[in-house]
Amino acid sequence: MDRDTGIGGSEGRFPQTRRTIVGALQSDDAAERRRAFETLVALYWKPLYKYLRIKWRKSNEDAKDAVQGFFAMLLERDALASYDSDKAAFRTFLRLLFDRWLANEAKAATRIKRGGTVLEVDFESAEVEIRRQGDDSLEQDEYLHREWLRSLFGLAVDRLREELSSEGRELWFRIFESYDLDPPGGERPTYRRLAETHGIPETSVTNHLAAARRRFRQIALDLLRESTATDEELRTEARAIFGVAP
Amino acid sequence: MIWLSDETVERLRQTSDPPDFDGTRYRLGEEIARGGMGIVYAAEDRELGRQVAVKVLGTGALSDGAVARIIQEARILAGLEHPAIVPVHDAGLLLDGRAFYVMKLVRGARLERHVRELHSLAELLRLFLRICEAVAFANARGVIHRDLKPENVMIGEFGEVLVMDWGVAKVIGETALEPEGFAWRIARGDPTTVDGEVVGTPGYMAPEQMRGEAGSIDARTDVYSLGAMLSFLAGALNRREPIPRPLWAIIGKAMAAEKSERYGGAGELAADIARFLDGERVSAHRESILERGGRLVRKYRTPLAVIFAYLVMRVIVFLWFRQ
Repeated sequence: MDRDTGIGGSEGRFPQTRRTIVGALQSDDAAERRRAFETLVALYWKPLYKYLRIKWRKSNEDAKDAVQGFFAMLLERDALASYDSDKAAFRTFLRLLFDRWLANEAKAATRIKRGGTVLEVDFESAEVEIRRQGDDSLEQDEYLHREWLRSLFGLAVDRLREELSSEGRELWFRIFESYDLDPPGGERPTYRRLAETHGIPETSVTNHLAAARRRFRQIALDLLRESTATDEELRTEARAIFGVAP
Repeated sequence: MIWLSDETVERLRQTSDPPDFDGTRYRLGEEIARGGMGIVYAAEDRELGRQVAVKVLGTGALSDGAVARIIQEARILAGLEHPAIVPVHDAGLLLDGRAFYVMKLVRGARLERHVRELHSLAELLRLFLRICEAVAFANARGVIHRDLKPENVMIGEFGEVLVMDWGVAKVIGETALEPEGFAWRIARGDPTTVDGEVVGTPGYMAPEQMRGEAGSIDARTDVYSLGAMLSFLAGALNRREPIPRPLWAIIGKAMAAEKSERYGGAGELAADIARFLDGERVSAHRESILERGGRLVRKYRTPLAVIFAYLVMRVIVFLWFRQ
């Protein structure tokens, strides 16, 4: 069985030095910079877009332009240089930056379109999700947090599928998908039914599911690690999400 | 990117760190139930080759107090050997710090579902009496359940009744059970509640529980919850069979806002219900002459029917000879 032992290994310790999201985004290494930016975009574009559509009541075109513009600004300007990890978590800082940027752009409405197309993302998929989820009464902060978590987990599930597929462990993923993700008919299968469906013993279902869950958690923690600014922030986020005692 | 519903996100949060039972005698199976504090899994005891249930503290509740509380639950259950209280087989701590205990695997239905299969009020009350007996047994040993509700009662495949989920039980007269033994030494914290902390389920909680008065919790607190349970169950049955006034009076007395006006314990409540079942006068209800007559007629309907039949026969014979 895979032995996953919590964040930072069995002792709950983290490497003393690691590249923070801010450092990676300002790196001289173009490849590292691009990777960090891609992670940032993957995690945040949809939450920010939906946040604008639902909480700011922006039209889809305005929301698209705003999200494109914001990420273009992040690329162009040294906007993250002002980040101080002692003052706020990176996610909080990013949200404040976004709100401030929106307010400034609103004053000069014509500039909002200047961002051009820096993101190759599927805005229509976000629209589909908005229609599916409907409206809600969450506060702005809570809404953004919930959508960020949905993005984080969605991305982690996608990565899990890719990784297991490349290792020839598609069965692990199929069991994980059937049991833990939204079942197509709305009904969660039993271990016995899964065992019958896949022609394996029930104990294998247990083992595959446990292994897939651990991998999922590890991927989600890796994503968190890539998108936080400090180890302390990582611990706080991980504790809030998984309840892990570091 | 895949879209995940809110429920799925929550499930992934909760399940992505399954407890690791490697190195123990148990092989973890399917999740059976999930509560605020712990998750219950089916498991196989490889040493004895039997199916058991394992309750493990959730990773979201890894505080010292929560560890102490699940330990206390295991110790309380271990001390309550009663046919209607699920027996504990084993307990310990996993390498990741999660406490667990192993108990009998009960297959069956929770009471709130089982009630739909009951055919009569008498059947319901006989079942309820067994719940009262288990609670009275625990209360007599100084244990107050504090979260009695239909969801916390299991009806096994063979009709056995089991009062479950003793996670928030309070031990009267003890500030905290002192953990002993290797497994517990690393666990710290006080599982007892302090004034102001509210534990239980709205709708089944006694007023003193709602107010968070930990110091005034006693056997009568469980009596209130039993009354609320009986009210729910009787209500569920009411569509098929009317509930007599004395039974409503019993419920009313059990659920009295003032503790002093309730039954003194689950045993007293059970005794009144038994009296009701036997057609006797219940302590909770002052009956009118009409009600008393009706009750006596119901209670002695067989001898009365025989006497009535005899009298009718005598009248027929008398009239026959007069002709």
